[in-house]
Order: sequence, then structure tokens, then C-alpha cells
Amino acid sequence: MPVKIAPKPFNPAAEQAEFEQSLTPGSFGATANFVGTMRNYNEGDSVTGMALEHYPGMTEKELDAIIDDAKKQWDILDALIVHRVGQMHPGDPIVLTAVWSAHRGAAFEACRFLMEALKSRAPFWKKETLADGKHRWVERNTSGEA
Amino acid sequence: MSITVKFFASLREQIANPVTDVDSALASTVAQVWSQATDAPMPEHVLCSVNLEHCESNTKVKDGDEVAFFPPITGG
Repeated sequence: MPVKIAPKPFNPAAEQAEFEQSLTPGSFGATANFVGTMRNYNEGDSVTGMALEHYPGMTEKELDAIIDDAKKQWDILDALIVHRVGQMHPGDPIVLTAVWSAHRGAAFEACRFLMEALKSRAPFWKKETLADGKHRWVERNTSGEA
Repeated sequence: MSITVKFFASLREQIANPVTDVDSALASTVAQVWSQATDAPMPEHVLCSVNLEHCESNTKVKDGDEVAFFPPITGG
């Protein structure tokens, strides 16, 4: 499946390698990926944990649609999105996007598109635990240009 | 004859005693579903969906629909 919601820690390299097994060897010449990892700081505060909530059903539907949109816009062979949910810790991978295509241009651009699209369309929400034990919801995503 | 209503993330924590089933005879738009489900005013930046698809507050709803309200998305 090109979309996976991971309730437990995942290994991005292993997920990408496993998915690539479904592709015909030699059918692609470029692979681009992006891994988002949880930081131990945000907005000037130390962050010790994070809970990622999502809307089951809508999340998968929206991520599928984002991959379909990428396939319409670029000549790519396939794409993969893996996204964590649940309780996580600094250093844990949050998200993996990977794209396979004949040439690097489409792979790079489509991979960037997947990340930016999911940050505005896929219903996930982060709640941080700060060093003093308090919790706060992340109110908005940062710009991809930051 | 009802519409299922869901709230997510910070909205779920903010809304006191939300109604999870709204009589479809009393609401024909998403905004009217909100008014039937809670006494609180709809926050300025609230997002909404009908049957798992993003929508606007004036989107029409009907019996059997699932309407959800949630704050700005912060995944990735």
C-alpha cells in the first residue's frame, strides 16, 4: 500500500526498501525521499514528547488523493507516504515521503509536493509535552520555506 | 434521521458536552450542524469535513452524513 499510518515507531529506510520490492528492478532511475523527525525544541521551548492525533478514514483518503495528484502532475512510477500517530519522542521519525521515477527532476519535485500537500490537507494534529510537564497543541505548521 | 458529528484535537477538548448526533431536520448546512451540536461560537479558523472530504461551512448536509470539525492541520 502506498499509504501507511504507523501507530508505533518505524524505520524509514526499511519502509522504503520494503515498498521498493513491489517495483520492477530497472523500471526507475531516480528515488527521492524526505524524512521528517521530531525535534526536542519548538518555539523556544524544550519538548520532551508529542502525541500525534489523526482522523482515521479521512487521513488515508486524503493521502491517497495527494499521491494521485502527484501522479497527474509528474511522470512518476510510484510514491509512498508513511506517517506516525500516537505518542512519540524526540528523534522519532514522524513522516516519510518517497517517490520513484525515471529521472531526478520529477522525483525531487513530486517528493516536495507530497510533503507540502500533506501538511495542509491530511488531518493530523500535534500535541507537545514540554520540559515542565505541561501540554500544548501545535497551532499551525511552519512554512516550507522556513 | 441524524447526522453524526465529530470534533478533533484542541476543539474536542474545548467543546463542553458536544452533541454527537444532530437531527437532520434541524440542519441543512455544516454551520447549522455546528450550532445544533454546541452552544459555543464557531472559531474563526475551524476546518470542517463532510463524509471525510474537506468542505466549507455553507456546504449542504443530509441524513446519514458524517460532519467533522477540527483546528488547522499540523502533521508532517
